[in-house]
Amino acid sequence: MRENNEDRPAAPAAESASEPDAGTVALDKDAAPGEVLLKVTGLQKHFPIRKGVLQRQVGSVKAVDGIDFDVRSGETLGVVGESGCGKSTMGRLITRLLEPTAGTVEFEGRDITHLGVRGMRPMRRDVQMIFQDPYSSLNPRHTVGAIVSAPFKLQGVTPEGGVKKEVQRLLEVVGLNPEHYNRYPHEFSGGQRQRIGIARALALKPKLVVADEPVSALDVSIQAQVVNLLDDLQQEMGLTYVIIAHDLSVIRHVSDRIAVMYLGKIVELADRKSLYESPMHPYTNALLSAVPVPDPRRRAAKSERILLRGDVPSPIAPPSGCRFHTRCWKATEICKTAEPPLIPLATGHQVACHHPENAEDQAPQDTVLLTAAVEAAEAAGVEVPETAVPDASKAEATEA
Amino acid sequence: MTAPMHDTTTDVDEPAPVAAEATAESKAKKVEGRSLKQIAWNRLKQDKVALAGGIVVVLLVVVSVFAPVLVSLFGHPPNEGNLDQLEDLTNLPKGALGGISGDHLFGVEPNTGRDVFSRIVYGARISMLVAVLAAAVAVVLGTLFGIIAGYFGGWVDAIISRVMDVLLSFPQLLFIIALVSVLPDDLLGLSGSGVRIATLVLVIGLFGWPYIGRIVRGQTLSLREREYVEAARSLGGGSRHILFRELLPNLVAPITVYTTLMIPTNILTEAALSFLGAGVRPPTASWGGMLRDALSVYEHDPMFMVFPGLAIFLTVLAFNLFGDGLRDALDPKGTR
Ligand SMILES: Nc1ncnc2c1ncn2[C@@H]1O[C@H](COP(=O)(O)OP(=O)(O)OP(=O)(O)O)[C@@H](O)[C@H]1O
Ligand code: SF4
Ligand SMILES: [Mg+2]
Repeated sequence: MRENNEDRPAAPAAESASEPDAGTVALDKDAAPGEVLLKVTGLQKHFPIRKGVLQRQVGSVKAVDGIDFDVRSGETLGVVGESGCGKSTMGRLITRLLEPTAGTVEFEGRDITHLGVRGMRPMRRDVQMIFQDPYSSLNPRHTVGAIVSAPFKLQGVTPEGGVKKEVQRLLEVVGLNPEHYNRYPHEFSGGQRQRIGIARALALKPKLVVADEPVSALDVSIQAQVVNLLDDLQQEMGLTYVIIAHDLSVIRHVSDRIAVMYLGKIVELADRKSLYESPMHPYTNALLSAVPVPDPRRRAAKSERILLRGDVPSPIAPPSGCRFHTRCWKATEICKTAEPPLIPLATGHQVACHHPENAEDQAPQDTVLLTAAVEAAEAAGVEVPETAVPDASKAEATEA
Repeated sequence: MTAPMHDTTTDVDEPAPVAAEATAESKAKKVEGRSLKQIAWNRLKQDKVALAGGIVVVLLVVVSVFAPVLVSLFGHPPNEGNLDQLEDLTNLPKGALGGISGDHLFGVEPNTGRDVFSRIVYGARISMLVAVLAAAVAVVLGTLFGIIAGYFGGWVDAIISRVMDVLLSFPQLLFIIALVSVLPDDLLGLSGSGVRIATLVLVIGLFGWPYIGRIVRGQTLSLREREYVEAARSLGGGSRHILFRELLPNLVAPITVYTTLMIPTNILTEAALSFLGAGVRPPTASWGGMLRDALSVYEHDPMFMVFPGLAIFLTVLAFNLFGDGLRDALDPKGTR
C-alpha cells in the first residue's frame, strides 16, 4: 500500500516521458542491448492449501521455489520444463499477475516485487504477456477491434492517427485482415486468434514480452508460422522475450539462452549453443534426447532416447537434496542430502548438479549410486560405470 | 519441425472458417461480425414453442402498456359499475356465462357489475408492473452481489453466500403479509395502491435476488479463471473494468434467461398476495384480487373465476416456455 502511494505521483511523469518516443522506431529503448532488463532473485511462489470449514492452511504447493536469473535487453530467454514444474507461475510472477511469496523482481533496476495494481499500472505498458490458450485468452463478447484497442483504453494512450487506425495497423502487422475489426473471436481459427493475442500484447510497444507456451495449443503446421511471426516482430520492434515451452523443440530456433526448470527450480541455464552441444544436467540430457535431432553428429554421439522413470514428484512435498534424485540415473548419497547450487561451470553455463555431464564432477568423492539410480539407469538405457555399482553399494543402501 | 517459413504478413494460415461466407455476403455489405446474439436469435427462431410463448409475452406487454387505450375502445372503465347488467334479486350477471355479450366481452362482475375485460386488462398491467419491476430489483442486486462474491471469493463470498442462504430459506409470503399489515397507507408521498405496489416490488425483489445471485456467482467463479481476465489485468485493468467490462457481458445470457424465468414466479407471488388481501388494494384491479372475489360466487357464476385464472395460467406458461427456449438458444455449450 505504501508503495502505491509513493508511486502515484511518479506515474504521470513516466507517462509523459514515454509518450514522444511511442511512435518512433522501437530500437532506441532505455536499456541498451545486452543490459539487464529484468532481474529475478530468490523468487518463490507457494500456493497455500486450505482445508476444512475454518480454511486452515495444511500445506503449500511450492510452484516456484527460489529461482534466480536475469533477462538481458534484446535477447530471448527460453524456459522449458515438464508440465506442472512452475513455468506459468514463473511467467505470472515476472509479469506481476501474481505476487511472489519471497524474493525480488526488478525491472530496469526498479523493484516491482510488491507493487499493487495502481503501482503496476504504468509498468504494464513495458511488460506484456501472450497466453497459452487462444480460446480463453480473448473475451468472446468483445470484437477484435475492442480486444486490440483495450491496451490503449486501459492505459489512457491515444496513438498517432487514432485508436482504430492503429489497431488496424497492428492487425496487419500480425498478418490478419484489418477489415476483420468488427468480428468476434469465435469467427477465427486458433492460429488467427493467437495472432490477435499477439497484436494486443504488442499494442503498447512493450519492452519485455512473456509468452506462455504461445503455440502449444496450435496445430503443428501452424506453430512454425506463429513462432516465426514472434521472431520477426522481435527484430522489427527490438523486443525482449521470455518464451515458455514444455519441450525444447519449439524454442530451439528462437532462444538466445535457455533455462531448464524442474519442480520449481532452475536446474540449468545456458546459452543455446552451449546447452544443445554440451548439456550438463542429467534432466536436460533427458529432455534433449526427446527432441528429434537434425544434427547428425549429436545423433551419432547419443543415439538412444533417455526415458525418464516415474512421474514428476508432487510440488507439495518435493524430494530432499536435489529434486531430481528420485529419477536421476547418476544420483548418489549426496544428491539426497545436499541441494546442488546453481553455479557457472563454463562461461555462460550455469548448472545445479553434483555430477554434471560434460563438466567436472562436483562431488567426485561420492561415487556410489543410489539403488533407485541403478534402476533408473537401466530404464533410461544409460551406461553405468562399473565402479559405481559394486555389490557393496546395495548393502549400504538397504542399511540406510 | 520449426523449419523457417518466413511469410508472416500474408494470411496463409489454416483456412479461415468464415472466409468463404464472408466473400459471398460482403459483396454489398461491409465485413461485419456475426455476434453470438445473432446466432442465438437464429436458433430461437427455430423453436416454435418458445416463439409462441414469446408472442404471448409481447402481447401481454402491449396490453399492459396500452391498457387505457384498449379499455377506452370498449367504453367501460374498470371501476365503473354496470348495475343494469345485474339481476335485481341475486346481483348475478344477466344472461348466460357471466353476462358475456358483445358489449362486455368477458361478462361483468357479480354484485358490482364492473366490466371483467377491463379489469383483466388493468390486472395485467398491475401483474406485469409488479413482476417486472421486482425482477429488475432482483437482477440488479443479484448481479452485483453475485459477481462480487464470485470474483473476490474469500470472506466477501462467505458473507454474501450466507445472506443468500438466509433469504432463500425465509418464509417470504408470511413476511410480506405481516409487513403489509403494519405499513401505513401513505408513505414517502405515495398513497393508496402506490405504497402497496412499491412495497410488493421491493419485497419480492429483495427475496428474489439470491436466485439470480447464485447463478451469477457460480458463472463468475468459472469465468474468472479465463485467460482474458488475466490479459485485462496484465494491461492494467482494475477490478471494476474486469467485473463490468470483461465478466458482465459474458453473464448477460444467463441473467436474461433467469430473469424471464423469474417473472412468472413473481406474477404468481403477486397474485397470491392479492388473493390473500396483502397485494394491491381494492378497488384497483388485480388478477389475484379477482380470484378472491370470485371464490364467494363460483357456484353461481363460475365464469368470473375462469378469466383471471386463465390469465394467470397463460401468462406464467408463456413466460416459462419463452424462458426455456431462450436458455436453449443461449446455451454456451451449444455455441461451441
Ligand atoms: N492458483 C493456484 N493455486 C494453487 N496451485 C496452483 C495455482 N497455480 C498453479 N498451481 C500449482 O503450481 C504448480 C505449477 O503450476 P504451473 O501452472 O506454473 O505449471 P506449468 O509448468 O506452467 O505447467 P503446464 O506445462 O501444465 O502449463 C502445479 O502443481 C499447479 O497445480
Ligand atoms: S546427479 Fe545428483 S545432483 Fe545431479 S541431477 Fe542427478 S540427482 Fe541431481
Ligand atoms: Mg503453464
